Amino acid sequence: MIRVLGAALAAIITLLGLTLALWFAPATQVNLPQQVELNIDASGIAHPITAVLLNFRSYDTLLEVAVVLVAVVAGLALRERGPRVTPHERSADPMLQALTRRLLPLLVLTGVYVLWAGSYAPGGAFQAGALVAAAGVLARLAGYDIASRVDRLLRLGLALGFILFLTVAVSAMFGGRPFLNYPDEWAGSLIFLIEAVLTFSIGLTLLSLFVHAPGDASPQGGGDYGR
Amino acid sequence: MGVDLWYALVGAVIIALSVFAFISARHLMKKLLAFNMMGSGVFLIMVGLPQHQHGVDAVPQALVLTGIVVAVSATALALVILRRYVRSGGDPAP
Amino acid sequence: MMIFDVILGVGLVLACASVYLSNNLFRSVVLFIVFGLLLALTWTRLQAPDLALAEAAIGAGLTGVLLLDTLGTLRKIRHQRAADDTKKHEEASS
Repeated sequence: MIRVLGAALAAIITLLGLTLALWFAPATQVNLPQQVELNIDASGIAHPITAVLLNFRSYDTLLEVAVVLVAVVAGLALRERGPRVTPHERSADPMLQALTRRLLPLLVLTGVYVLWAGSYAPGGAFQAGALVAAAGVLARLAGYDIASRVDRLLRLGLALGFILFLTVAVSAMFGGRPFLNYPDEWAGSLIFLIEAVLTFSIGLTLLSLFVHAPGDASPQGGGDYGR
Repeated sequence: MGVDLWYALVGAVIIALSVFAFISARHLMKKLLAFNMMGSGVFLIMVGLPQHQHGVDAVPQALVLTGIVVAVSATALALVILRRYVRSGGDPAP
Repeated sequence: MMIFDVILGVGLVLACASVYLSNNLFRSVVLFIVFGLLLALTWTRLQAPDLALAEAAIGAGLTGVLLLDTLGTLRKIRHQRAADDTKKHEEASS
């Protein structure tokens, strides 16, 4: 009871504070949309959001990829040993089999399109990565076990996006330019390359967080979940 | 009142409701759902408030895009920890 | 501001509240997925198609699958524990 009352009090204070803050929000000094508009031609990308993500604020994106990598490393550390799903454990449902077989290529194709569209229209690495991960989850639910068969390659793939991004970021420093600064004539191609590898890595990351989650079958044979 | 400010206010209400749910819920899974919705409320404010002042703004939108991806990976990690905790004898609704 | 925005905003708040209020965990998760889809609509109203795309794919799709999968695991473990308890009980009484 005390907990509910305390929660109600905290919620009311939060609501009041936020509403006041929104209502009396000070006008910002910098006009960000104008800044983006002015600099978009120099970024090598026509779509403003992709330009912000991978050029103007690429430091944020680099750190975000690092955070996601740390999350999946922690997730993999918590997975359970022992044989997971046998490869024969395919769903017996013929409808599911047929549907998966037709939907999987379409999903991957849509992912590649969304990645490609990201340089001039809504789309980009993160959305495409989510689509790739969704394709993997669908395959996993239908009984195709992709991720746990290629274990070593998987671990390399998880880190590949971050490694490539960091390599590009650091290599700028050899040319005497600041960290994360792309050479002008290469900016568009480099950003697309980074995006393509990021798509792969993010898709694989989200998929392996799903696949390697501790399951319900107890590998040591019953009763090991303690009292 | 513009559309953007309206959704920012909706975000504020969602944050307040989620704070209440996060504290008072008993089941860990429900706490996780509340935490996720709190994040969504923050995203709504983050996009709504700048757009109220300057029109469509790509910078907060890009930041929220990274936020969504971080939120889902954090949720997935939380679920992995929750499953591990329950498997080793923990009670999901203490 | 259109009447649609008002309905969508109220719908978001209602979805958020009912995630907490429902006493069935499965229903909570489904309502959370509904919340994610409404949020995707909201992003299109805020002229952020990128966010709508990401939210629909990640917030509603992937997170939903993860949550439902975890729910199934929790349920199975609970059943297993209940079965073990009755077994031990029978052994003790015999």
